[in-house]
Amino acid sequence: MSSQAPIVIVGAGQAGVQIAESLRQEGYGGELLLIGEEPHPPYQRPPLSKKWLFEAGNPTSLAIRGAEALARRRIDMKLEARVAAVHRDSSSVEFGSGERLHYSKLAFATGSVPRILPVPGATLRGVLCLRGIADSAAISAAIRRCGSEGRRVVVVGGGFIGLEVAAGARKLGAAVTVLEGLPRLMSRVTAPIVSEAFERLHLAHGVEFVFNARVTELLGEADHVTAVRTADGREYPAGCVVVGIGVSADDRLALAAGLACDAGIIVDECSRTSDAEIVAAGDCTARRLPDGRMLRLESVQNAVEQGKSAAAALMGRARPFHATPWFWSDQYDVKLQMAGLSHGYDQVIARGDVAKPAFSAFYLRDGRLIAVDSLNRISDHMLAKRLLDNGLSPTAEQIADASFDLHSLVKQSA
Amino acid sequence: MPQVTYIEPDGRAVALEVPTGASVMSAAMNAGLEGIEAQCGGNMICATCHCYVQDPWQQKLPPPSADEQLMLQNVAAELRDNSRLSCQLIMRPELDGLTVQFPERQS
Repeated sequence: MSSQAPIVIVGAGQAGVQIAESLRQEGYGGELLLIGEEPHPPYQRPPLSKKWLFEAGNPTSLAIRGAEALARRRIDMKLEARVAAVHRDSSSVEFGSGERLHYSKLAFATGSVPRILPVPGATLRGVLCLRGIADSAAISAAIRRCGSEGRRVVVVGGGFIGLEVAAGARKLGAAVTVLEGLPRLMSRVTAPIVSEAFERLHLAHGVEFVFNARVTELLGEADHVTAVRTADGREYPAGCVVVGIGVSADDRLALAAGLACDAGIIVDECSRTSDAEIVAAGDCTARRLPDGRMLRLESVQNAVEQGKSAAAALMGRARPFHATPWFWSDQYDVKLQMAGLSHGYDQVIARGDVAKPAFSAFYLRDGRLIAVDSLNRISDHMLAKRLLDNGLSPTAEQIADASFDLHSLVKQSA
Repeated sequence: MPQVTYIEPDGRAVALEVPTGASVMSAAMNAGLEGIEAQCGGNMICATCHCYVQDPWQQKLPPPSADEQLMLQNVAAELRDNSRLSCQLIMRPELDGLTVQFPERQS
């Protein structure tokens, strides 16, 4: 292995560009190569399911950093390039073309891949899922076509992506049916009170919901989807079908290279993998927490913070990432902000106006605050981050008491 | 095109042309300035594009919205009277010469 070999980052998304920039900030002066499969330099993905769908925009406006800025930092990019294999024995990556390139150290920032519906017809034209700019453009075009032809958009999955697409489709004037496999919306991440608020919101905008819907087949004519069939035998006519049933961490290259993976590349709190020469950051990772549980996050914050940690680790420094996770979703005029992880809660208390909606759901476990979902309640969200970051918890009684000033808890501790 | 001067956390000043209608944040990100993260891309979610507006510009800017004021409560660095979120500062010709300083940390 040559000492001149670059640090190679596989994946040119939010995590990949963060690793590259942080390496320069950490003082790395050697060569640096960012490899991406798409033709675009690193760009923001969250808008792809939000305003990007209904606001025809220029892809360069999504760029995380300008091309000149990356060049000035000597961050080389190899775009439209697919890494086919990583050879740890020779410290090299092999491209789809067969070309090989040595690395001094390696970072995986391969992101995630949308889950495919495991049913017949899933590959028909007009069946779409969302990962990149091209997918977003295709979904937007298909929705517009449905709108102008008077055909229905069928969304499979009532999670963040499905609901954001449904909201975008309504804005574009298309009729929408959402098929959700469980009895309520976003059920894996939110309490019923939040699910119900979003159901009312979408119903008010004319979205049709079918719950407990198990999709068994996509039907087509001339190779294009025309309807979705569910287990109860019903058929839902569709001009296009958008599938938003979650993503899998893209750990395929790492797994094939023999790195420890468990539905994601296993990293510690400093983004280190089971190979001392290799780090990983962002959606492709699964983090082992101190108590042994595995945590997989799909968020910009996680990509950025793990990216910083990964760069530090490549420079031999430990930079553990512990901050409270946060997420957001935009649907119509409602901004959902989530702080913390509500998984495992045993009590949920609402604060604010649930009907409007302008409220927050506070999640507690064993009487301690673990997460807060805020709908159009920015103040609560910011407070929640501060409480969780500082290990502070209001009591259930304080949360339920609208006259109690929760900010006083932060002030007391300051 | 109006210019904005950005002062990086290490004290370096960088002058950039910012198109009218663009945010002070977007030009800084595009240019790869180090003192800004803007993790949410200008959606007013993350408060990682915090800046201090230098005199005399603070008085010439529209005041922060109620939402921005709330967001500012959660900035990672010290909150000062002249703290703003740069994603909310939209360039206008009369702001030519605006000077903002980035704090030591954004997250």
